[in-house]
Amino acid sequence: MPQDLPAAARVALLRALRRFRLPRLPLVRHLLLAVAGGVLLFVITLELSPFDNYELGQIAAYAIAIAGLSLLTGVNGQISLGHGAFMAVGAYTLAELQAHQSVNFVLQLLAATAVAAAAGLVIAVPATRLQGPYLAGMTLLLALALPSLSDRYSSFFGGDQGLPATAPGAPGSLDPQRWLAWLQILAALVVLVLLANLLDSRFGRAFRAVRDDEVAAATLGIHVARTKVTAFMVSAACAGLAGALVALSTGVVSTGEFPLSLSIFLLAGMVIGGAGTLMGAWWGAIAVVYLPNQWSQSLAGAFHLGHLVSANLAVIIFGAALVLVMLLAPAGIQGALRWAAGRLAAWAVAGRGGGNVSKQERQDGHDGAVPALGDGGRPDPIRSTGGRGGA
Amino acid sequence: MRLFVDVTLSGVANGMVFASLALALVLVFRATNVVNFAQGAMGMLTTFIAFSVLEHGVGYWVAFAVALACGLVLGGAVQLLVIRPVQSRPPLNAVIVTFGLLILFEGIAGAVWGNSNRGFPAAFSQSGLTIGRTKVAFSHFDVFVVLAVTLLMTAMVALFRATTLGLRMRATAFAPDTARLLGVRVSRLLTLGWALASLAGSLAGLLVAPTTSFSPTFMDLVLVYAFTAAVVGGLHSPPGALVGGLVTGLALSYVGGYLGGALEPLGALALLVVVLMLRPEGLFGAPAARRV
Repeated sequence: MPQDLPAAARVALLRALRRFRLPRLPLVRHLLLAVAGGVLLFVITLELSPFDNYELGQIAAYAIAIAGLSLLTGVNGQISLGHGAFMAVGAYTLAELQAHQSVNFVLQLLAATAVAAAAGLVIAVPATRLQGPYLAGMTLLLALALPSLSDRYSSFFGGDQGLPATAPGAPGSLDPQRWLAWLQILAALVVLVLLANLLDSRFGRAFRAVRDDEVAAATLGIHVARTKVTAFMVSAACAGLAGALVALSTGVVSTGEFPLSLSIFLLAGMVIGGAGTLMGAWWGAIAVVYLPNQWSQSLAGAFHLGHLVSANLAVIIFGAALVLVMLLAPAGIQGALRWAAGRLAAWAVAGRGGGNVSKQERQDGHDGAVPALGDGGRPDPIRSTGGRGGA
Repeated sequence: MRLFVDVTLSGVANGMVFASLALALVLVFRATNVVNFAQGAMGMLTTFIAFSVLEHGVGYWVAFAVALACGLVLGGAVQLLVIRPVQSRPPLNAVIVTFGLLILFEGIAGAVWGNSNRGFPAAFSQSGLTIGRTKVAFSHFDVFVVLAVTLLMTAMVALFRATTLGLRMRATAFAPDTARLLGVRVSRLLTLGWALASLAGSLAGLLVAPTTSFSPTFMDLVLVYAFTAAVVGGLHSPPGALVGGLVTGLALSYVGGYLGGALEPLGALALLVVVLMLRPEGLFGAPAARRV
């Protein structure tokens, strides 16, 4: 019968979903996912050329910045139009430390993170006391103020050439690009695990409560201003670390590396990947690394675009993508993936009555109903709501 | 003393330009609770259109009028096509859309006219006037700037205070639901409000272009200064936009004149921080009670 095949597939999918259960404890679950992702990326780096590894490392670094921005906008409901400036703060902290002190590489990264968080505090305290567009305007101003500052204090900022940034040497005969990519991927996974735990904690719940309704959050005893400042500091710290890691790849830190368009690319990457999701940061980072260079070059080549058009193609595409994603699919790529996973799970469950599903499984299907997916829930694909049921 | 007079005069001229763009931001914010971060880029685009019209050899004033008309159309079109669909969602979405438009317009201008710096002609001489026997840093063009922005402000006041259209627009901004019940076509007036705001933004673009290096990003800093001006005046208040513009223009001119031009953006940031810490509702705003 023609119906047999889909029915069998449904049963197989339902059984697979039932067996595939992630641990309940957030720390264990997030660590497990990170280790799995790390192993996957490690295997990929072994296959890639040095240049591809260079780009993979950059993707990991940008994923950190976009994840921080995603936490700020998607989870806490604030917006920063100048996160590139915090990347610059982190990168310059690293470069200045390397120029004047001989401190451990890990300490350099931690210092970059801490200084960017402090800069975030300075911006956030006056801007987050009020609801409204103040934070957006101030961060935009910050991103635009940076180039003129480097003109004025060129000895500190290293002028047009900028300052050198050196990556730690690779052990043995290891390819330095591969070694750097490992470091950047490791940093990204550590940060994402920390962020995922933060979002599952008291702080994460406070971030969401403030986003949904500040007055209601305040009546529940949440200190609204402090929560908003904390979220902004966390996201600025992520940007600072990302800036330092990107500087290790490029080898040089100058204010020309952090134009306003970088801040816009970060925002666009976050929106395209899916605001408020940590996985979405990876999709956004891929777009931020590949679109301005390879993709826009191949597009320009394929359509025989003029020099002026191809030079501005990335900016046009990111701008159009920001507008279109907000109009048509505000949940971004990760939202679309979740929606698809939800449809697939719903399809599997809907077919359980028709096929040769055992009685035991049919009962499980009742109390273990598939929760609504794609509504900004947990990142795990399926979650059993009933406590019992032993599939 | 000479320096003080010169810096003050150029501060007034710059302040009037900031005031016209700040007025655009305030008009939009008052009506739709969104700061249009693309306002500067829209003025940039219409100024580039004027540039192309000028290259065809027509007179300056024709290009001037074309740019203002394009500003009206562009503002209305942006509201209809991309802002209206996101109005029912959280305000953050509309902010992201305006930011997307900002770089979209800059990218389009770069693709059509190139990213290099050019010169844009001024309507009048830009060399300083001679008063008595001393030459001051205030040119015929600066006089034109002050007059043009004053005329714009007067026209706006007349529209809002003396016509029924203005009354309906104020009602739309003040209480949209009540206005709609009373038969005011709210959504149509919101489109008109965006168009008028964009007209003010286009004027700002035409007035800034001759004084700076004319490239697709020439309005970026002007926009954030105008935002500062709007916050100083109180984001809801059109008279506040004028006063805020002058305060911001003078403050930045003193910073630039005495401490160095590179510190102007930082000066604006400091001004913004001071205002938000001391008087967050702005000079002309009333502290808003938050409705639950």
